[in-house]
Amino acid sequence: MNPRRFMALLIKESRQILRDPSTFLIALVLPLILLFLFGTAVSLDVREVRIGLALEDDSAVASSLGMAFRNSRWFDVTFARELASLEPELVAGKLRGIIVIPQDFGARMESGQAQATIQIITDGSLPNTASFVANYAQGVQTQWAQGEALDHGVAAERPINLIPRFWFNPELTSRDFLIPGSIAIVMSMIGTLLTALVVAREWERGTMEALMATPVAMSELLASKVLPYFILGLGSVALCTGLAVFVFGVPFRGSIPGLLAVSSAFLVPALGQGLLISAIAKNQFVASQMALLIGFLPSMVLSGFIFEIASMPVPIQIITYAVPARYLVPSLQTLFTVGDIWPMFLHSIAILLGFGLIYFALAIRVTHRRIA
Amino acid sequence: MANPVPAAVLSNVSRRFGKARAPALDNISLEIRPGLMTGLVGPDGAGKTTLIRLLAGLIDHDEGEVTVLGKPATEADRKRIGYMPQRFGLYEDLSVIENLRLYAELRGLPTGKWDDRFAELLRFTDLGAFTERLAGRLSGGMKQKLGLACALVETPELLLLDEPGVGVDPLSRRELWAMVRKLTEAGIAVLWSTAYLDEAEKCEEVFLLSEGRLIHAGPPGDLTREAAGRCFRMRGDGPGKRRLLAGLVADPAIRDATIQGASVRFLTNAGASPPKGAEPVPARFEDAFVDRLGGGPKGHSLLAEHYRAVPENDLPAIEAHQLTKRFGPFTAANGIDFKVPRGEIFGLLGPNGAGKSTTFKMLCGLLTPTSGDGRVAGHNLRHSRSAARRSLGYMAQKFSLYGDLSVRQNLNFFAGAYGLTGAKRREALGRMVEIFHLGPYLRQNAGGLPLGFKQRLSLACAVMHEPPTLFLDEPTSGVDPIVRREFWSHINGLVEKGVTVLVTTHFMEEAEYCDRILVIYRAEQIALGSPDVLKRDAATPDRPDPTLEEAFISLIEASESKDEAA
Amino acid sequence: MLARLMAITIKEFWAILRDPRARIILIMPPLIQLFVLGFATTLEVKNIAVGIYDRDGGRWSIEMTQRIAGSPNVVAILPISSPEEMRQAIDRQQTIAVVSFAQGFSADVAAGRPAVVQAIFDGRKSNAAQIVLGYLNTIVADLGAELSATPARTGAIVNHWFNPNLLYLWFTMPGLVVIITTISGLGLTAQAVARERELGTFDQLMVSPLRVPEILIGKVIPPVLVGFINATIYMVLISTLFGVPLTGSVPFFYISLLLYLLALAGVGLLVSSLSQTQQQAFLGMFLVAVPAILLSGYASPVDNMPGWLRILAQGDPTKHFLIVSEGVFLKDMTVPDLWANTWPLAVIAIVTLGVSSALFRARME
Repeated sequence: MNPRRFMALLIKESRQILRDPSTFLIALVLPLILLFLFGTAVSLDVREVRIGLALEDDSAVASSLGMAFRNSRWFDVTFARELASLEPELVAGKLRGIIVIPQDFGARMESGQAQATIQIITDGSLPNTASFVANYAQGVQTQWAQGEALDHGVAAERPINLIPRFWFNPELTSRDFLIPGSIAIVMSMIGTLLTALVVAREWERGTMEALMATPVAMSELLASKVLPYFILGLGSVALCTGLAVFVFGVPFRGSIPGLLAVSSAFLVPALGQGLLISAIAKNQFVASQMALLIGFLPSMVLSGFIFEIASMPVPIQIITYAVPARYLVPSLQTLFTVGDIWPMFLHSIAILLGFGLIYFALAIRVTHRRIA
Repeated sequence: MANPVPAAVLSNVSRRFGKARAPALDNISLEIRPGLMTGLVGPDGAGKTTLIRLLAGLIDHDEGEVTVLGKPATEADRKRIGYMPQRFGLYEDLSVIENLRLYAELRGLPTGKWDDRFAELLRFTDLGAFTERLAGRLSGGMKQKLGLACALVETPELLLLDEPGVGVDPLSRRELWAMVRKLTEAGIAVLWSTAYLDEAEKCEEVFLLSEGRLIHAGPPGDLTREAAGRCFRMRGDGPGKRRLLAGLVADPAIRDATIQGASVRFLTNAGASPPKGAEPVPARFEDAFVDRLGGGPKGHSLLAEHYRAVPENDLPAIEAHQLTKRFGPFTAANGIDFKVPRGEIFGLLGPNGAGKSTTFKMLCGLLTPTSGDGRVAGHNLRHSRSAARRSLGYMAQKFSLYGDLSVRQNLNFFAGAYGLTGAKRREALGRMVEIFHLGPYLRQNAGGLPLGFKQRLSLACAVMHEPPTLFLDEPTSGVDPIVRREFWSHINGLVEKGVTVLVTTHFMEEAEYCDRILVIYRAEQIALGSPDVLKRDAATPDRPDPTLEEAFISLIEASESKDEAA
Repeated sequence: MLARLMAITIKEFWAILRDPRARIILIMPPLIQLFVLGFATTLEVKNIAVGIYDRDGGRWSIEMTQRIAGSPNVVAILPISSPEEMRQAIDRQQTIAVVSFAQGFSADVAAGRPAVVQAIFDGRKSNAAQIVLGYLNTIVADLGAELSATPARTGAIVNHWFNPNLLYLWFTMPGLVVIITTISGLGLTAQAVARERELGTFDQLMVSPLRVPEILIGKVIPPVLVGFINATIYMVLISTLFGVPLTGSVPFFYISLLLYLLALAGVGLLVSSLSQTQQQAFLGMFLVAVPAILLSGYASPVDNMPGWLRILAQGDPTKHFLIVSEGVFLKDMTVPDLWANTWPLAVIAIVTLGVSSALFRARME
């Protein structure tokens, strides 16, 4: 490694980063778009669900239950006299559920002979919203029933009460875990896609040929590709973290060294992947397709960032073990919402570095100082 | 022959890519000696690039030995080798000086020597005024010079140049040549690969490659001598030259014939006597080269024979009336004005970026003029673009058919695009396949064809609908002389049938085929006339018989000094 | 006119089928996507480990632990013996929830006093945590009902329409038809013009008598047909192999699909006309496709977005077609309802195709 040659290559690479529009797109525009989307558009928090309420019974008890639904902060209720008029709305997707309070509801409540049942209909085409509607509607009903009982002087307390406590994120905002996850995506885009593109570009434009005819060593060349994008990747983490904390109000409870350590470790396999792809593809278009397929998509889908890995079928779970982002996402989420948990970080860092070593070894094996 | 120790030696070297294919280099032995300009010539695909890359240590060879500066090529000291790849190897998003600094560091030039060396190189390449400009924004000629400067940043002992002349106008090429020439005087060994045979002729030593084999090594004069005494010239007035050429090509005693302005230049078979009225001319390297490859193509153009006769018409076939194109503040073409009558070959000539491509594009409807009008076959390009397009055939400079489509699919597409249907299409297709011998290639991807066949396919697609006008953009740059002759025999035949041809070129051999030439420089037209008139106007007492290239260069220089005076 | 249109359409077909790069977009990813995404993009919570911190150790805490262990969504019980251990298990994500029984839990239950169970969740995964809470609530409620002396006076019957067992795959699969069609449709059209520019055939095309509308139609037809074929294959696979019901009007699905593909083609050609190289076209496509998919309601319901984004999502063709697809597969959606989500596709198609043809003309020089 000749320090002067290496510096010259570094300076060249840095200038190119600053002047190339595709760097700008991938390292700046794309993170902003992703962060924005995950900060605002993608939300797994169910806020106020629109439901219909078919009040087929006009007894006072029935309307009292109806009012309980209307007053619930979970639902936005549309009232109707009968189910038939609400059904089309459910099909059209304008309502996500219908509560039917049947004609005999009041009578049954009064008589106490038979159980007075309501019907909860949900839109099963959105399974998560459907379970939400079912659970919370039952909750509203149970609470209302307890209130009714108290009014009649009967304590109808439940024999067992479950008291939930949500650590780290008591408000349960999905943004707090989606945004740290999207930072992982941004890093894999820079590490894998951008690196693959810049090396492939050297092949495509014939500059690789000219470089190889100079005394440059392959190790200098590879290192000069890795270092600037490593720094760019870290810069982008800083940018995203800043945005996450100051714009989207995500807490940051960990330490900067922790963030630095975890993201640096992740960039090693990401960059290695990028180098390997470009050494195989030597063509920007194919390189970008490959980067998308083995970099972006797995980071998005198989990292546990939105979709629970444990819920996937076993063969796919096995695949996730080979996705570096899988080890990054939990650490990032921890850094933001929990704090530094070093045993967890060290474990991830060790695995990430291991992957990095494999990718780099492969990339070096595949990159020859020959053009054909 | 100052230094007997060769800079590079190849002995019995072979290299093949893929087992099934013919070897790219087949048992080559040669020596490159210092202080000499060594030319590497041969048709496209002959193995020139492979040979240069072997010497640069960029690829491995299969058999034999490659020794560069006393070591095997892949282990040679790269500081002592300068290499300029075909695409110059410049970083387009770095400035001129940044490119130079990068290569200076990579080649290990001590920092103390930088300023002097850069000043020298910038003076040498005339790039001093552009040091801060990005390499991507330089003209083709300037990129080339910068590429050379980067290869020379630390004076090498062996300089390898891979087709430095491709796509560059004669003026820049000449300057580049002069620059490299100086280096050989300093004792550097230079290998200059080229498709231009006039360049080869000026080298001290030439290696002639054909299909991976070395068919000549030695001073170009040795080869040229083989054609000595067999080269002649005959005048044929106006359109008569094409008939004269056809007659000579048909003559079994004639080995090769080409048009040169109003004359036909030809090479007789050994021992044959020339026809009456032929005036002997000195042999050129190209004559001997074609002779070695088996002579020019014989027979007449089948394409022209089957082509419809374009009816006589008093209207000009192509007309440019005060054509002007501005891109923002930049004027690319200014007041271009000419008329081309039916049945004429009209050439547009000019250095890179002078405005000839802009003019050409305005006339085939690719660009809308800022002011002025263009007409093709009487159709105004502003108002009846589609009708104008139907009456022209177009052949781009680069191969620009669909490389992933088969030959048949390409032919089918262009037939359909020009509105040929049913029986007419089948008939046209069959004719093209027969004329251009495309039969065996019909199912093959157009992109994988040998260069000569790509050329034929491009022409076939352009003429299938029998247009009255043809637009050719540097149709034969880079192809070997045999294919070029075949191509022009078709064009000449078509012109006889009344087809009008507009051609842009900076390849002088092509320009010689034109009836008239318009020279464009700095967006203005600076001369219009037949090749012979242009040559005559450039004649001086010490240069009574200038070549077209010399005429062209003196026109440009005259225009430049006029601009400076003004 | 017809001959020229035929010629360019056939040429575009060959261009797609014979270009090895286009083939990558065509075959590989859609199949991988269908299987990997089909199974991976699930918001279900299954196979979880639940920690049990049992300081009671009596009959009822053991009973409940057994019921939790018996839940189909729980694969393992993680016994926990101290608060430190509990913190560590959650911190390191060994478990998503710890159920904690205080001393005297069983005694309270036995005595008929209201008993309290605590459940601590990992809030980093707020969505999964809430779903697990739902599971635990059901278990608690069931046990409570059995213990209760007097039966509750009111109850509820829950009916999940369109997807009675709330199978997540039933949501994913009709959604994937849309997502995959989007990616391949955009990918192909985004390359269409950029490829000609990069390979230098653009000029050749422009000097031929082909008119701009003919060229654009020629470039739109093959991706639309590829989209049709892809969608048909997925439809068959999904309703047979994956057993998702296909309840609605198939002809209307195709009408809607056609308009959707045209809208995509408009967007793709827009990107393509703006790009000089295939590389730029690819990045441009990416920058369009990611927001289109994230705003469509596939990754998370449109209902959850803030109001102004919901308005923005109206301009996203993917959002409309996703509703149509889910509607036709699961909901037996009526034609007027389908139409309500189809006419916006027509509007988007007209606008994008119009703009891209104007841009195509403008960028000819």
